[in-house]
Amino acid sequence: MNIDVSAIFQIAGIGIITAMIHTVLKQMGKEDMAQWVTLIGFVVVLFMVIRLLNDLFQEIKTIFLFQ
Amino acid sequence: MEIIQIVGLGLVATVLTLVVREQKPMFAFLLATFTGLFIFLYVIGKIETVIGVLEQLADRSGIPSIYLKTVLKIIGIAYIAEFGSQIVRDAGQESIASKIEFAGKILILVMAVPIISVIVETVLGLLPIGS
Repeated sequence: MNIDVSAIFQIAGIGIITAMIHTVLKQMGKEDMAQWVTLIGFVVVLFMVIRLLNDLFQEIKTIFLFQ
Repeated sequence: MEIIQIVGLGLVATVLTLVVREQKPMFAFLLATFTGLFIFLYVIGKIETVIGVLEQLADRSGIPSIYLKTVLKIIGIAYIAEFGSQIVRDAGQESIASKIEFAGKILILVMAVPIISVIVETVLGLLPIGS
């Protein structure tokens, strides 16, 4: 398994830090920048989740469906 | 004692999800999905050996391999459908989750039709009136 448990902490950390940056930027009055930061953090985490999902589906295909 | 590791992982991930949910619900959802995927992937690796033993048994007892293949495919479909519907239900989309389950049931039924027809033909062959 190439993805280990630390990825979970990574995702939580990205979430918390993104929320923090969002708050700070909002306080500074840069609403649009705050939105972009949230969007980019979301895309990074989504990429990790999608990769793991792909791994899982490949595994299920090789084990159960014989392909 | 791998179960202790998995339960600990689940508890830690739950706490992290609760912490993140206050700020960003999207990240909380992705975190829960990731944890589910991780545990699933961990367990799926173990099932591989069980499937191997099952295959060997079926080989020895002379069951046609198409039956075992169909059963395994059905189990795979059930796993994927259950997993997907639970994740979608976690996100609060009850209707989409029930549609996923419905699709899984239909696909399993389609897979099982050849076996059912074989059973019906066998029963008809056993009947003395038919021949």
